[in-house]
Amino acid sequence: MTARAQAPGVPRLASVLRAREAGTAALVLVVFALATLRDHSFADVNSVQQLLVGASLVALLGVGETLVIVTRNIDLSVGSVLGLCAFVVGDLFRHQHIPVWSGFVIAIALGAAIGAINGLITTVARVPSLVVTLAMLYIVRGVDAKLVNGHIVLPSQVPSAFAAVGYRTVFGIPWLAIIVAVVVAAVGYSMRTFRPCRELYAIGSNPEAATLAGIASGRRVFMAFLTSGALAGLGGALFLALFAQVDNSAGLGYELNVIAAVVVGGVAIFGGSGTVVGAALGALLLNTIQQALVAVRSSSYWSEAIAGALLLAAIAFDRWLSLRVARGLRSAEGAHRDLATAGRGSAS
Amino acid sequence: MKGFNKMRIRTARRQAAVVFVALLAGSGLAACSSSSSGSSTSSSTATSSSSASASSTGIKQGLVVYYIPKDTQNPYEVLADQGGEKALSELGGKVVVSSGTTDTAAAQIPSIQAAIQAHANAIVIAGNDPKALCPSLNQAAAQGIKILAFDSDVNCGSSPNHLFINQADTQTIGTSEVDILAKEIGSTGQIAILSAAASATNQNSWIVYMKQELAKYPNMHLVKIVYGNDDPATSLTVLLGLLSAYPNLRGIISPTTVGIQAAAQYLNTHKSLLSKLVLTGLGLPSQMKPYVLDGTVKEFELWNPSNLGYLAGYAAAALASGTTSLTTGSTFKAGSLGTYTVLASSGVTGPSVVLGPPTVFTKDNVTQFNF
Amino acid sequence: MSSDVAPPEAGTGGGVPPAVPPAAEGSGKVVAAGSAVSRPPLWRLAIRWETGLVVALAAALVFGSLESATFTSRITLFYAGINIGYIAIMALPMTLIVVTGEIDLSVASMLGLSGAVLGDLWHHGWSIWPAVLVALAVGAVGGSLNGLLVTKLGLPSIAVTIGTLTLFRGVAEILLGSQTIPTASDRPFPSWLTNIGVVPVSGTELSYTTVIFIGLAVVCGVALHATPLGRAMFAAGLQSEAARFAGIRVARIKFWLYVFSGVICALAGILLAAQNSSVSYNAGFGLELNVVAIVLLGGVSIFGGRGSILGVVLSVAIIGSLQMALTQMNIDPNVQEIVIGGLLLISVVIPSLSRAARWLGARLSLGRSGHTPWAPD
Repeated sequence: MTARAQAPGVPRLASVLRAREAGTAALVLVVFALATLRDHSFADVNSVQQLLVGASLVALLGVGETLVIVTRNIDLSVGSVLGLCAFVVGDLFRHQHIPVWSGFVIAIALGAAIGAINGLITTVARVPSLVVTLAMLYIVRGVDAKLVNGHIVLPSQVPSAFAAVGYRTVFGIPWLAIIVAVVVAAVGYSMRTFRPCRELYAIGSNPEAATLAGIASGRRVFMAFLTSGALAGLGGALFLALFAQVDNSAGLGYELNVIAAVVVGGVAIFGGSGTVVGAALGALLLNTIQQALVAVRSSSYWSEAIAGALLLAAIAFDRWLSLRVARGLRSAEGAHRDLATAGRGSAS
Repeated sequence: MKGFNKMRIRTARRQAAVVFVALLAGSGLAACSSSSSGSSTSSSTATSSSSASASSTGIKQGLVVYYIPKDTQNPYEVLADQGGEKALSELGGKVVVSSGTTDTAAAQIPSIQAAIQAHANAIVIAGNDPKALCPSLNQAAAQGIKILAFDSDVNCGSSPNHLFINQADTQTIGTSEVDILAKEIGSTGQIAILSAAASATNQNSWIVYMKQELAKYPNMHLVKIVYGNDDPATSLTVLLGLLSAYPNLRGIISPTTVGIQAAAQYLNTHKSLLSKLVLTGLGLPSQMKPYVLDGTVKEFELWNPSNLGYLAGYAAAALASGTTSLTTGSTFKAGSLGTYTVLASSGVTGPSVVLGPPTVFTKDNVTQFNF
Repeated sequence: MSSDVAPPEAGTGGGVPPAVPPAAEGSGKVVAAGSAVSRPPLWRLAIRWETGLVVALAAALVFGSLESATFTSRITLFYAGINIGYIAIMALPMTLIVVTGEIDLSVASMLGLSGAVLGDLWHHGWSIWPAVLVALAVGAVGGSLNGLLVTKLGLPSIAVTIGTLTLFRGVAEILLGSQTIPTASDRPFPSWLTNIGVVPVSGTELSYTTVIFIGLAVVCGVALHATPLGRAMFAAGLQSEAARFAGIRVARIKFWLYVFSGVICALAGILLAAQNSSVSYNAGFGLELNVVAIVLLGGVSIFGGRGSILGVVLSVAIIGSLQMALTQMNIDPNVQEIVIGGLLLISVVIPSLSRAARWLGARLSLGRSGHTPWAPD
């Protein structure tokens, strides 16, 4: 994609890409507006705070998942890693009375360690990431449950300074949402600016070409998994802060939610495109729809089916979008050879 | 060159197979050694001090009772299982706790099969599903194994006939929950129920009586039932949805220890909501203590889960020894809890025994309990 | 070996990632074709994997008999069939789909949906056979939805089937809500149906699901390994573009495989309902990853183009017997999870590690010379 930066079709291309995230954001606002029309308290401060908080964890995990999916891999172990890190930190709080800040550090480090294992096995042993992370999902979940062993972490055992992260607000915006937003912004900026991060897209678009072009694919993919694990670990710490209670079901089933959010947010499942901002917006959209359904008093039995239909629509829409882009690029190539007819370079 | 590559790949795979098998055996051995360190098997055999009294009441020695909780991690169930172990050890028998990790019937069926193959004398099960366990339980009953359910009943009709150890009278639980809430909100306003799994038998039977009792309070309206699936994260999520959909909500009943804990934690950190929202339900005093002491929750109720398991253990032993039966009015001694009587079937519930009335916990007494 | 991170659905009919020159993608696949051209050795390779599985199965059986007093009793086989039979049935069409380079994650949700349809119709007074037929038809419809989205619209199968996974489960929830059918006011299911969960096939200790699984395995095995259709499936998985140019109707095959999967999963759902004498909307919740694990352990490559039905059958036997043994020994069920996960990991890492060791050995002895198929950073 970077090589095509000179083609005259670029302004259209860039705007189409930007449109994807804008489209998701627009959908969020539309759903929000519809729900508010039906029930005015949906726009209350409390309600909006809850919308942000509810989407935070999935959005955070979605950032790491995006990095991995962009390289044409997948990380199915994020939910189990979140659960394990949440419990380990909680357990350390109650038995070792570690300081609050180290809770975050330990969670991130533990998550990164598991991510590193995933990354190593995927890159060095050349094992498909689906298999590695699926196996890791089982192993980590089993280990987590063995550790918990019925002794769940209770709110009274979590230092209140730590739990404060879960509910305190600043100018009405929950700290949790701010932390996640900072992570999204930082990673998003890196993905656009720094070469190693942009190489992830190249790796996902065409692994062989990327390697032949001299990109250190293995190292980049390894870092992507490491980051995904680290963010899942951070998610575990935030989970502990938010719920102040951890049993062995923490994070259970999160992985498919995260992938769904990421896909709805415009990240292509076969890699090469998509942004973390889009993924975060996807998480926000799915959560807003969930809450909106409750607000309009619809039967809770419909939310699952609607989520599924939405996911299919998002995938189909992204496919259509990428076909348009491909057509635009192909005709841009032709226009590049015939500048006089540059106007024809735009997609039909 | 091609042949050389082929050979290399073949030998690589052969080596792979050997190492694979070695590791398989190794992991099997590892699993084996972890079992001997006593993961979920609990066997307690009594000393002879109680065997004299045991045989005088007609209870057989060496009874094996399989406890099959909803899953092996639920703290409430763990307490109940421990009560069962205490009971059987007093009687010279033993308890084997076996279940899965997910709260599904499919996770419990292998445990029922294991009980059958081990020729257990009785099965005490907390059903994850009202009906899916019935075929397996029926097979067990056909082998002469006595079937008891506790905490969450199974609806198998007469196949098999089983005894339900009820923690408290179903109707009393339902009505008292509503009465407690009504007292606190002045019998007026919208209320909601934060339940567990949508299919949980016990939840649904309590809710039936709650709705009946609500008829006595014409100014109280039940606006929604939400399902937290006994999972703290889900409970919080559905609670938030509830709060945003019903801003004028006055009261919440959460008849599940996980749900009430999650709701209490949220109210504790958003104290402004307490000015108009009242929370009650079924909770463990050890978990709810901080919330009661600082006023987030005024009253809630429960019973001692350990006693529930203890009672189930004595009932299982009595049935297996033939000293009591499922006929209405039969009695049996339950150790330190006293004598219990089998109640008649009613509705979908078969013969049952009731532990006792629920205990109401308030600021004044919550510190006295350590469960 | 070819590229490390090719997606399972690379080369889906009609779906080409944008801005990827076909030549580059093709060259990646040519390496795979290079090793595929030596078809007879690949066969022998396949047999090696199954040999490993046979030894592993023997080890599991020995382990079980030694550690559990009740493992060798005849009824263990029946119970194992009850526990894993309906899951194993779903693994067979999954194998075929994975061989063609796709995946179907909606299997467990279709199992739940067909049960829900069956239950809902029964609840409304339908008699059993029409209800069963409608449930199977629903499976066909769901499968064709998957097939259309993947073949006609060219959408990636992993994403599509995550979507339909949610959709099917959602529809099941809409149909049944929190009810378990039969409710107190319904007639119970006919006993000839519910006997499936209670009695083995007469004269044997095999459950009905085991017999159906074996029969289906024979059909799928013959189709995959001994017919042109089967060879077409391998070709489609290895080299979708070349297969199409060779005249193989890749899209058509994939579509009908998805329909087949939908119907078989619906059948599994009906069998489960019979076994449990009841249905609820969350039947089989979360089982899709178990099915994938079984297929992967059986030696089927997630990239497509390699695998055997025999391997999957052996994998079913290994996992089934291990789970029986561990439950009978009353091992903590979490340990069971760790063992299954570890098994899966080991089964894919070992071959790669031994290849890596050889590569390392070659590099150390030959020095930095020339191109090796491995090019780690």
